[in-house]
Amino acid sequence: MGIAIEEAKGILVYMEQNFGAFRNVGFELLGQGRMLADKFGCELAAVVVTGENGEKLAAQAFQGGADKVYMVEGKDYERYNTDAYVYAVTELVKEYKPEGFLLGATVDGRDMAPRVAARLATGLCADCTGIGVEEEKGLIAWTRPTFGGNIMATIICPDARPQMGTVRPKVFKKPEMDASRTGEVVRFDPKMPAGTMRTEFLREEIPEGVVCNLEEAEFIVSGGRGLGTPENFKLIEDLANAFGGVVGSSRAAVDAGWINHLHQVGQSGKTVGPKVYIACGISGAIQHLAGMNSSDIIIAINKDPDAPIFTVADYGIVGDLHEVLPILTKEVNKRKG
Amino acid sequence: MDILVFIKQVPDIGEVKIDPETKTLIRQGIPSVVNPFDKNAVEEALLQREKHGGKVTVLTMGPPQAAEALKECLAVGADEVIHLSDMTFGGSDTLATSRVLAAAVRKIGKFDLIICGKQATDGDTAQVGPETAEILGIPQVTNIAAMEINDGVATIKREEECGYAIIKAPLPLLVSVTKIINEPRLPSIKGRMKANRAEIPVWKADYIGVTKEDVGLKASPTRVVKIFNPVRKSQGEIIREENAQVAVEKLLEKLSEHGLV
Repeated sequence: MGIAIEEAKGILVYMEQNFGAFRNVGFELLGQGRMLADKFGCELAAVVVTGENGEKLAAQAFQGGADKVYMVEGKDYERYNTDAYVYAVTELVKEYKPEGFLLGATVDGRDMAPRVAARLATGLCADCTGIGVEEEKGLIAWTRPTFGGNIMATIICPDARPQMGTVRPKVFKKPEMDASRTGEVVRFDPKMPAGTMRTEFLREEIPEGVVCNLEEAEFIVSGGRGLGTPENFKLIEDLANAFGGVVGSSRAAVDAGWINHLHQVGQSGKTVGPKVYIACGISGAIQHLAGMNSSDIIIAINKDPDAPIFTVADYGIVGDLHEVLPILTKEVNKRKG
Repeated sequence: MDILVFIKQVPDIGEVKIDPETKTLIRQGIPSVVNPFDKNAVEEALLQREKHGGKVTVLTMGPPQAAEALKECLAVGADEVIHLSDMTFGGSDTLATSRVLAAAVRKIGKFDLIICGKQATDGDTAQVGPETAEILGIPQVTNIAAMEINDGVATIKREEECGYAIIKAPLPLLVSVTKIINEPRLPSIKGRMKANRAEIPVWKADYIGVTKEDVGLKASPTRVVKIFNPVRKSQGEIIREENAQVAVEKLLEKLSEHGLV
């Protein structure tokens, strides 16, 4: 089952890879993991589960701040599989007994982490946006938004190990990569029994025109009901292209059938944290705000001056987006020249 | 096919208001509803029952008033409901809640499929489904957008960051559903009347064989040590100009201060 408190030592970061490349959130976690390891005076290790490319990935993890990399590499791990990954990661945690364990709050991270935590009978804090140290007992203090981001809660895990949390992508800075850093790669064979994997991945379906990964985007332009027609998403696309960003949407636009659900930002869609989020014709229902209110700069364009989106906006234009967007796109393109 | 659905009663987040003065949540007077994603879970169970026959049983853990949420499920067509309610369960975190649900599932005995919403809109953890699946030792597929079941095997479309994965999974199985999987039906008048008359069975800790060693506040590995209001940004700069060109130029001036254009 779990790990004894006296034996638990070190900080472990799960670095999620996808087709042999790390997701950014893994590096963001290394930054936070380094902070914790330095405070606790312990080692920072990364765990990498992958089908291929292990050595290259390990080198990047060292450059991002890991002291050690635990490497689970093999054909069974080519693609995320709940049973295989949970098995491998849990066995590794049982063997190396970290005190703290950070994972990214990605689709797969949030699928895997609860099962690992339950198997270890330890606590897990979901989708954290703050990580600190509780001074009294030296525990990790995980802070997370609840209630659609309207209440913050700080949570500890006093009596079970490892203290686990999934961490929201794009909240923390990716640390500077240090090309001179290296470390020890420890290969770990979880010895997964045959028949462990009960589900089977058949194939991928990527709808046409969907731009990948809003969660990691630096620039998002989102459209809502105020666009009026599906064709007007062209205005959103043009502005997104001008900024080198990606297209998001509100629930209303998805429900109207104007755009694929994969673009939806908010509680029933994706949680994003870009440098700049431009909401166009989106009134700003609380469920939408929950998905984007941790963006660095929020810009709202809406003809209704009382739209709730303006309450979270850093900058806003009260005006007709059909007029404003073409001009804004043209001016941005002009300045990029 | 015997289908179990886990639901949670949550405050209606659509009705949440922020006090304009203090910028904090106004907690009073927020009505309770069935967690929106759980409505999709119930609907999916009803749809699968229509195809394959069998029984839909809805479970919830919660205080006495959560019985209302179960009545809503009866009203749309659930066959049975079970209310897990006991002081012993109070203060359970996600793991302890999962132990309660898993114990109730074991008490029920036979099942083919467990459906839950992808997350509850109050806590947003998305952990209870997977943790319960783990305790029960069954496979899971989370975040699903479509599901078809043939001969005891589910073919599932799972929503991921950049698209969908098609996954084959054997029953018994736990899935968590997104909003796009279906459109929840509304209750009929007859359904509502039947639900209003229904006696809601309450299962207590000793009936499902759990104690405060397993569930509730003390058995929960996590502790909430602080609750506070998020720091909200001060009011932003709102540009109101008749001329859109002027408005855009003012905005770009601001963005260039941030080095963004």
